[in-house]
Amino acid sequence: MTTVPVAGARETLTLTRRSLLHLKTNPEEIIELVVQPIVIVLLFTFVFGGAIKGDWRDYLQFALPGMLVQATLFATMRLGTALGTDFKKGVYDRFRSLPIARFSPLTGAILGEMVRYLLSIVVLLIVGALLGFRIQTGAVETVAAVVVLLCFGFAMSWGSALLGLTVRAAESASEFAFLIILPLAFTGNLFVPTDTMPGWLQVWVNVNPVTSVADTMRGLLLGGEVARPLMWSAVWIAALTAVFAPLAIRRFRQKSG
Amino acid sequence: MTYAIRAENLGKQYGSTRALDGVSFTARPGQVLGVLGPNGAGKTTAVRVLATLTRPDRGSAHVGGHDVVRQARQVRKVIGLTGQYAAVDEIITGFDNLLVIGRLLGLSREEARRRATELLEQFGLTDAARRAAGTYSGGMRRKLDLAASLIGRPQVLFLDEPTTGLDPAARDGLWEVIRGLVADGTTVLLTTQYLEEADQLADHIVVFDHGRVIAEGSPYELKTKIGGQVLEVWPVDERDRETVATIISEIAQCPATVEDRRVTVPVVEPGVLRAVVLRLDLADVAVAELALRRPSLDEVFLTLTGHRAAAAARSS
Ligand SMILES: Nc1ncnc2c1ncn2[C@@H]1O[C@H](COP(=O)(O)OP(=O)(O)O)[C@@H](O)[C@H]1O
Ligand SMILES: [Mg+2]
Repeated sequence: MTTVPVAGARETLTLTRRSLLHLKTNPEEIIELVVQPIVIVLLFTFVFGGAIKGDWRDYLQFALPGMLVQATLFATMRLGTALGTDFKKGVYDRFRSLPIARFSPLTGAILGEMVRYLLSIVVLLIVGALLGFRIQTGAVETVAAVVVLLCFGFAMSWGSALLGLTVRAAESASEFAFLIILPLAFTGNLFVPTDTMPGWLQVWVNVNPVTSVADTMRGLLLGGEVARPLMWSAVWIAALTAVFAPLAIRRFRQKSG
Repeated sequence: MTYAIRAENLGKQYGSTRALDGVSFTARPGQVLGVLGPNGAGKTTAVRVLATLTRPDRGSAHVGGHDVVRQARQVRKVIGLTGQYAAVDEIITGFDNLLVIGRLLGLSREEARRRATELLEQFGLTDAARRAAGTYSGGMRRKLDLAASLIGRPQVLFLDEPTTGLDPAARDGLWEVIRGLVADGTTVLLTTQYLEEADQLADHIVVFDHGRVIAEGSPYELKTKIGGQVLEVWPVDERDRETVATIISEIAQCPATVEDRRVTVPVVEPGVLRAVVLRLDLADVAVAELALRRPSLDEVFLTLTGHRAAAAARSS
């Protein structure tokens, strides 16, 4: 009996690997995870950067931490579609007919997403560095920033999973997700400083979890206040996970009979 | 273990639909059990219950001696499942699909590779092994799906309408594969809408209709079950069909069926043959062929259910 958790871990890793095999054969994913964030960096930096901050170099320094949050947030949309497709195509029935731990298909899928978020984050940090973004702190802070992003991605991916397991057509999961995530990303301080916005909007922007995470990124990568935004980020991450994870797990349980 | 598969009084209801309405059947180790029935008869539901994917509302089932509800994990260790629709990950390659299943079944990386290569070879998919499964034809996907269900060398294999939608050549190929597995001692439960398929492959057939078993037995027993035989007459001249029909209906005291040039009627008394020959001769009808034979499974189904199995299958 003691071997069961170990076997469960092995099955989870196999299913993580299966999730990552999609990267090998599906060029669309590389576009979503790598090309799209790069395009956003270039677009915002060179088109809006000067207008927002006077100089594109200053803007890049301000906005790249926000873009890391945006890239992670957008990457969370995929999980719902992936889970929905697996259920629709009967792939989960196949998994369930095997003697494996019941939740390993779900945990494997989520781990696979975490690897994708990491890929997206690393690519953005490299592209940022090439364009002149300079981290003002040390390695510990940088690693801490990446960990916070991954935790945020983890929390949001439960929401994505819930959506993908709930909507009827797997493909429409990402459209729904987009309708939620796009306003969320743009009503934070990812791309523009909060103080230029009207007061009523500032109220929301300051509550938006995306703002807390972006402030944490700025604190950890550029120096400045970390404790407060980190605390709020932790609260949000815990709250989102506490709400979405049980609901998603319940849906998963229902759907897998 | 006397039975490889044993279902007792299984019931499953979806809303007001009784998908399974108290079905019982058994299969001995090494047997091919054919579950025959039209669309909506409850075949897939029965397979899903036996493969631990759906919980029955009532009744019980054992596979390989293990209870499908209480010992699902043990059941999963001995079964292979090829569902009605090919369950393949369309984005990854055929090879990777099999590799993942092998690893999940606890094979080492090397073993999993070897088994995947072997099965792809066996199903003639070697050339397509490195292509995304989404680029496969329907037949290739079905083969890949079947290969996936064979990786763990299951003792009991469930095949839900394995040949539906395949061309005749692919179907014959699959029949050969199934016969090979049976020769190796695998117990197979095969569902089908095709009477010919059940007749070709199964040792024992259970006929489903509306969630119930309406008949069972060996193909031979089923054909015998409806008693009598069928008289078949082919007149030389097609225009004589009606005359033939009138004569044999009268003698058999049962309406005859006219299909192309063939006229058939069920008969109970083999002695009618003499009378038929005599009357046809008197009526000056030249007969190309005249035979007394056992009814086909199609006719059995018609008699058992009051509707044609094949027609129901095709119209959906
Ligand atoms: N998940 C489900 N939800 C609702 N109805 C279902 C479900 N699965 C099967 N049914 C119904 O149960 C009946 C039997 O279906 P099924 O077992 O798929 O038959 P078959 O495989 O013989 O075609 C059908 O009327 C079908 O519509
Ligand atoms: Mg079916």
